[in-house]
Amino acid sequence: MTGWRRPVSLEQISILHKRFMQLSHNEDSLRREDFKTISDLASNPIRFQIIEAFFDKRNFRQNGEGSVEEISFEQFLTVMSHFRPVPVHTMTEEQRESLRREKLRFLFNMHDTDNDGTITLEEYRRVVEELLSRSGALGKETAKGIADAAMLEVASVSVGHMEPDEFYEGITFDHFLKILNGIEIETRMHIRFLNMDTTNLCK
Amino acid sequence: MALGRLALGTVGASRRVSLQRGLLFLCALVLLLLSEAVEPLGASGSPGGAGDSSGGSHGLQKGCEADVTKSKHPTNRTKKPFPVLSFDYEHVKTPFEISLWVLLASLMKLGFHLIPRLSSIVPESCLLIVVGLLVGGLIKVVGETPPVLDSQVFFLFLLPPIILDAGYFLPIRPFSENLGTILMFAVVGTLWNSFFMGGLLYGVCQIKGTDLNTVNLLACLLFGSIISAVDPVAVLAVFEEIHINELLHILVFGESLLNDAVTVVLYHLFEEYAGVGSVSILDVFLGVVCFLVVALGGVLVGAFYGILAAFTSRFTSHTRVIEPLFVFVYSYMAYLSAEVFHLSGIMALIACGAVMRPYVEANISHKSHTTIKYFLKMWSSVSETLIFIFLGVSTVAGNHSWNWTFVTVTIILCLVSRVLGVVGLTYVINKFRIVKLTTKDQFIVAYGGLRGAIAFSLGYLLDKSHFPMRDMFLTAIITVIFFTVFVQGMTIRPLVDLLAVKKKQETKRSINEEIHTQFLDHLLTGIEDICGHYGHHHWKDKLNRFNKKYVKKCLIAGERSKEPQLIAFYHKMEMKQAIELVESGGGVKLPSAVPSTVSMQNIQPKKPPSDRAIPQISKGREEEIRKILRNNLQKTRQRLRSYNRHTLVADPYEDGWNDLLFKRQKLMEIEKKMSKMSNYLTVPAAAPDSPTLSRARLASATYVLQKIVYPQAYSSKPTSDDLPTIKVDLASPQSPDSVNLVNEFQKAATQNDPDDDGGLVMKVPFADKDQGEQDNKKEQQRLMRCLSDPGPGGDEEEDEPFLP
Repeated sequence: MTGWRRPVSLEQISILHKRFMQLSHNEDSLRREDFKTISDLASNPIRFQIIEAFFDKRNFRQNGEGSVEEISFEQFLTVMSHFRPVPVHTMTEEQRESLRREKLRFLFNMHDTDNDGTITLEEYRRVVEELLSRSGALGKETAKGIADAAMLEVASVSVGHMEPDEFYEGITFDHFLKILNGIEIETRMHIRFLNMDTTNLCK
Repeated sequence: MALGRLALGTVGASRRVSLQRGLLFLCALVLLLLSEAVEPLGASGSPGGAGDSSGGSHGLQKGCEADVTKSKHPTNRTKKPFPVLSFDYEHVKTPFEISLWVLLASLMKLGFHLIPRLSSIVPESCLLIVVGLLVGGLIKVVGETPPVLDSQVFFLFLLPPIILDAGYFLPIRPFSENLGTILMFAVVGTLWNSFFMGGLLYGVCQIKGTDLNTVNLLACLLFGSIISAVDPVAVLAVFEEIHINELLHILVFGESLLNDAVTVVLYHLFEEYAGVGSVSILDVFLGVVCFLVVALGGVLVGAFYGILAAFTSRFTSHTRVIEPLFVFVYSYMAYLSAEVFHLSGIMALIACGAVMRPYVEANISHKSHTTIKYFLKMWSSVSETLIFIFLGVSTVAGNHSWNWTFVTVTIILCLVSRVLGVVGLTYVINKFRIVKLTTKDQFIVAYGGLRGAIAFSLGYLLDKSHFPMRDMFLTAIITVIFFTVFVQGMTIRPLVDLLAVKKKQETKRSINEEIHTQFLDHLLTGIEDICGHYGHHHWKDKLNRFNKKYVKKCLIAGERSKEPQLIAFYHKMEMKQAIELVESGGGVKLPSAVPSTVSMQNIQPKKPPSDRAIPQISKGREEEIRKILRNNLQKTRQRLRSYNRHTLVADPYEDGWNDLLFKRQKLMEIEKKMSKMSNYLTVPAAAPDSPTLSRARLASATYVLQKIVYPQAYSSKPTSDDLPTIKVDLASPQSPDSVNLVNEFQKAATQNDPDDDGGLVMKVPFADKDQGEQDNKKEQQRLMRCLSDPGPGGDEEEDEPFLP
């Protein structure tokens, strides 16, 4: 359990354990099919990415790569811990910054499906297509247009000047950080349910 | 010498400005005196002032009397010479006076902004009150009784525009995210303020030595409830100018709007029973029930009218002109209907505006949207100005009963109770908030609790028979209003700077942020579903889905009902960029915030060289083709220019005007650039049907152009309304001219800067730009078609075959 700065409270762990058991039909590990039984998730446009995120080794805080077929409760809890609410106002600036990096890293991993460290145009297009997939049949052209414009924006903001025959490989993590500076992710990306014990602040 | 002239010039300019200002004030004074002079002629120094109909009816009465006397003596009519010019002020008296007041208010507003530094130090509300004081004083000097702010006029005519403006443009997201906090402040905070103040004031009144013994507990509580409500008009007036961050703004402003329900209930409760002298437990319980009814009832009434308005706007596609009228009338009806049942009219207005806005905006035309925005801003601005001026006038006009103890204790208690209330409530609220409120935030929230005209009007409505100390109350209310508006209003701006409170972010919403906000919403909803926890993301998502599935289908016309939010946002952004481009003179200045030379070609992955269908051509041939293309491009451009002049002038659709203006600007700019260019020709590298391929300087411009030119690829709007006249259908070669226009732009877009040799220059060997070769062929064919069809007014160019 290296890298955990704040533990989740015991009560929360027991509730999540119950849920884990419920989803996995009382087995020790969860598989992708078990997630598909959640009916509410069926109407979510990005359900595949969300489910994938649970099986992505990069989110297990162990510097792993690739994906697994089944996860244990500990790994389930690790992924969930990305969403615990944190008292932001008591943190120093660098703590806030590292929290932002952690949360944005999770999002980045969701987009960067081939794990090459950059979000290419194709991957970004897929993201936008998924987002618009539930919203009716407006065609791939629009999604492509939006993704292109978004990519252009990232390139403009991050790189600034490029020669016309240079090629912008993809959004790196630093560019990703920069472009999403505006949305205060550290205060928005949390589930209130996962309230935690604030007494331990391990460095 | 030049310096001297310069100095003289500035002195002259400043003298001119001060002369203008002086003239303006003189003008206003003259108008005033005129209005006062004609009043005695009206034979009724009516204290109702603007909007008072008694003067008018009085005049009518006199007229009737005159008629009656005439008819009694029919035979005594002597022949008078026919009156060529007569003076009859009576029958226009009321509208005349109203117009004079409105004119005065607007001229004052103009005047303030002519004085350069005044508006940055003193908030406008203070200046207006001072003007009101002066005007009231003037009227008194002239000998008339100045009008007092009539509560009916205030509540029925002056307050609704301001509240509607606030409600229609209420930022829904921060409001709903902080709704719990806002409600706590509004309900619990106001209750605390009222009882604390009322109770302590009663205690003070009981002290021997002051002659306030006649004030009983209920009257004190009533006074407390009137004075404790934070006033939306004053808050808006001051906070508009200091630009603090969104959270604080929405907290204070939301509180001022939602405390209306509490104020209404408390006011009626105490007013009812103050005469009787006692309140029982049953009455308190009924009061609580009444509060719920008033608040929820107001919201329901407002929502009902909002849905009606949204539904009506679905069918207005043929009568665009009256679209704004529906918005205004339905909202006003919501307010009046709520007032009929003594429900909270303010909450009804807010609910109506907030509910109808997303649907109405999807249905109405762009012009109607602009009209609504400007009318609301205009009315609310005029209302606000009139309110503050009348506050000043009423101060001079009213009967005052000054009691040092009462007034000073009131002011002190106001401040103390506000601070205590905010601090106490924040302590409780912070336990439930993720983003806690810091001490700085608390200070601003407490300091921003301004009182205003609502308190005054409520006090004015009190019946003198039940409340003999009404004048004292009014004096105290006015003093508190003056104190909060002047002292707190003037000092809040330097305090905000001093405390380095976070200011409003002026950044534009970027497409990436929008994408990720939506992504985050869905992600959090998904995680909540996985946890099995029905949190507020889950319910928000359910509401959105319900909205999309059922409500939008009913209330939004046609295709727009299916448009997802991301796409709507994207269209809006592109539209904004296009308009910015036009206004900035056609692409000379980069419209985006960050100048960069990144363009779409930097992002598109390099396509591997495909098999060439065309044989390689020799260098000489290539040179020939180049020359021919260049010549013909220039010709077609000239033809296009004349062609466009005809069509642009005769454009019947005003909605496409922006687009066409924009195209014209682009053409002119391209002209300029082409003329600067020398001997080379650049050709776009990718196929012309890829949507965007241009340098960054024209990136967004061309992108927008493409959108305008390829409407079917990007928008799902039905083609029946407002499309620009130049349409393109790449598939059909029947419109060669338009197609040529597109190509023209693409080409020109890549040729913008003759200085840097960047851009895609056609190099030897030609093999690198084989795609460009294909394009050449296509363009040649198109040009041939185009040349054979000259178009209107293009006869000065002859058709010369360009391929031997």
